[in-house]
Amino acid sequence: MFELLGVPPQALFGQLLLGLINGSFYAILSLGLAVIFGLLNIINFTHGAQYMMGAFVAWMCLNYLGINYWAALLLAPIAVGVTGVVIERFLLKRIAHVDHLYGLLLTFGLALIIQGLFRNNYGSSGLPYQIPAELRGGYNLGFMFLPTYRGWVVVASLIVCLATWFMIEKTKLGSYLRAATENPTLTQAFGINVPLLVTLTYGFGVALAAFAGVLAAPIYSVNPNMGADLIIVVFAVVVIGGMGSIMGAIVTGFSLGLVEGLTKVFYPEASATVIFIIMAVVLLVKPAGLFGRAA
Amino acid sequence: MQLKTLLAATALGALMVSPALAQQISVKAGVLNDRSGLYADLSGEGSVIAARLAVEDFKAAEKGIKVEIVSADHQNKPDVGSTIARQWYDQDGVDLILDVPTSSVALAVNQITREKNKVHINSGAASSDLTGKACSPNTVHWTYDTYALAQGTGGAMTKAGGDSWFFLTADYAFGHALERDTAAVVTKAGGKVLGAVRTPFPGTDFSSFLLQAQASKAKVIGLANAGGDTINSIKQAGEFGIVAGGQKLAGLLVFATDVHALGLQTAQGLVLTESFYWDKDDQTRAWSERFAKLNGGKKPSMVQAGVYSGMLHYLKAVEATKGKDAAAVMAKMKEMPTDDPLFGKGSVRADGRKMHDMYLFEVKKPSESKGPWDYYKQVAVLKADEAFKPLAESECPLVKK
Repeated sequence: MFELLGVPPQALFGQLLLGLINGSFYAILSLGLAVIFGLLNIINFTHGAQYMMGAFVAWMCLNYLGINYWAALLLAPIAVGVTGVVIERFLLKRIAHVDHLYGLLLTFGLALIIQGLFRNNYGSSGLPYQIPAELRGGYNLGFMFLPTYRGWVVVASLIVCLATWFMIEKTKLGSYLRAATENPTLTQAFGINVPLLVTLTYGFGVALAAFAGVLAAPIYSVNPNMGADLIIVVFAVVVIGGMGSIMGAIVTGFSLGLVEGLTKVFYPEASATVIFIIMAVVLLVKPAGLFGRAA
Repeated sequence: MQLKTLLAATALGALMVSPALAQQISVKAGVLNDRSGLYADLSGEGSVIAARLAVEDFKAAEKGIKVEIVSADHQNKPDVGSTIARQWYDQDGVDLILDVPTSSVALAVNQITREKNKVHINSGAASSDLTGKACSPNTVHWTYDTYALAQGTGGAMTKAGGDSWFFLTADYAFGHALERDTAAVVTKAGGKVLGAVRTPFPGTDFSSFLLQAQASKAKVIGLANAGGDTINSIKQAGEFGIVAGGQKLAGLLVFATDVHALGLQTAQGLVLTESFYWDKDDQTRAWSERFAKLNGGKKPSMVQAGVYSGMLHYLKAVEATKGKDAAAVMAKMKEMPTDDPLFGKGSVRADGRKMHDMYLFEVKKPSESKGPWDYYKQVAVLKADEAFKPLAESECPLVKK
């Protein structure tokens, strides 16, 4: 059997596929961050907590209301998105005119509060959530066993990412949004309700995080820290891709998943740090990010 | 003559005063553990509750010992833990530190306690180095250690035919110690270790490492990790059909709180080693009932039970020595046999190892469980002297050979 870089090709393909799966989560989360940053100029540190809330809402739906996974996939993002709308209306709006740093501090504080509340109520070790019956089992691809659910994660996140990209880049609503990003005052003068657009955009970005949370619930431990562990990596992804770039966030999300997957084969100890090394290099060479425009 | 009488009277007076002085021993105990991260449920506030119960059951106030309990979050970071420990010893007058899960933090606190000549009773950490090459005259390692876990789960799995192993190891002091001790048990029993992968701590996605374990064709995949890492690995191993494919999972350190988080559907059949289970006998049930009332209905983990038991023994030693001098209390703790409702009779060895039996449990099927927290059935008992490393093999410099 021939080997590629000292690893059998089967193993390599398997690891690449797994990287793609993890990349799916990075892509959805960094997409949400990029959308929010693009229009609101806010670095949404609550994103991880909102991802966690998505997973918890799915769990609550199942255990308190008997609502299954599929309905939760729709309901949880809406519910969490609504909390996002409330946060934007009552908190973020008030600091929209001041420096970015205030938004960062506010959202960071909110994240800590939300995590603390969930920890107090549900403990830190997590809650069980089963994979829905339709997606159990898996396929033997020859080089690896692919659980059906993981395949679903890649497909679902690709669809959501591309739909978001299409909506922002190719539709009329998207063009309003981009116009409001470029010049909110002028856009408002054309009779477009920019404050509403801002609120809905934040709600949508948050809903994306919650969607990722529901996707994650059956495979990762549903616990209050699940977002905090992930969000730092996602921020690195956004920085590498370029703040505010939609396609940049998607492509970087998936490709960094791949890079991380490869690191897990060749030097597992570094797999948690490799993304930050890339981030440092990108910042040195191209400070605006791979897909970003220099301001 | 008068002078002599006066001196005698003074001496007599002094003698009479000393019991009065003994009435005024005040002890400050610090419970240092993870209060917000992945080990918070198995230690956290529950350990503080356990320490308070020990003070209550000891009737410290009636015996003239005033006990104050403080607590802090070390966030599983050795630097944070060290800073708190130094501040407690140097400025806050803390006499002993209890619990300290996360071996890397425990090893740091172990060192500081020795420097400051205080007392450390460790319940939460696993590394057997605490009573091995890092042993200290000021530390007692109470509840369990990696050697005992290896003897329990590792020994049982190897005996049952699992003679080739691959490890998923949390990449820090604890994981390394657990892998090392288990590998030793496996090789001693004639098994082989095919490989190991060091996973960043704490981790979320273990599928990549599990796939490497699967490719190794080892009969047993040893999970040398804990808490959230173990939960995620077991969950994902089920997903990737690893157990269905014939490989066995060995959760080398699994707590009742982890099983609670996994759910019996996922955790059933898992073999694990613990030193305490709330449903063992009437005494443990009664105590656990009291504990659960104070802890939001959650039953105690063995770590929390160990904090209770350790605190109780410390207070007994303080009572016996009529003081809190670290050297005297430590000597007394090692001299007195231990006895409490949770761990039964035992002893503290010269190297600081607390000796008691360990139990091999199997996680029940959902159909066998009567409800929440009814999770284990006992498979075997490991006597203390087979569970823990014999003194003859000890690397601890305190042990005279």
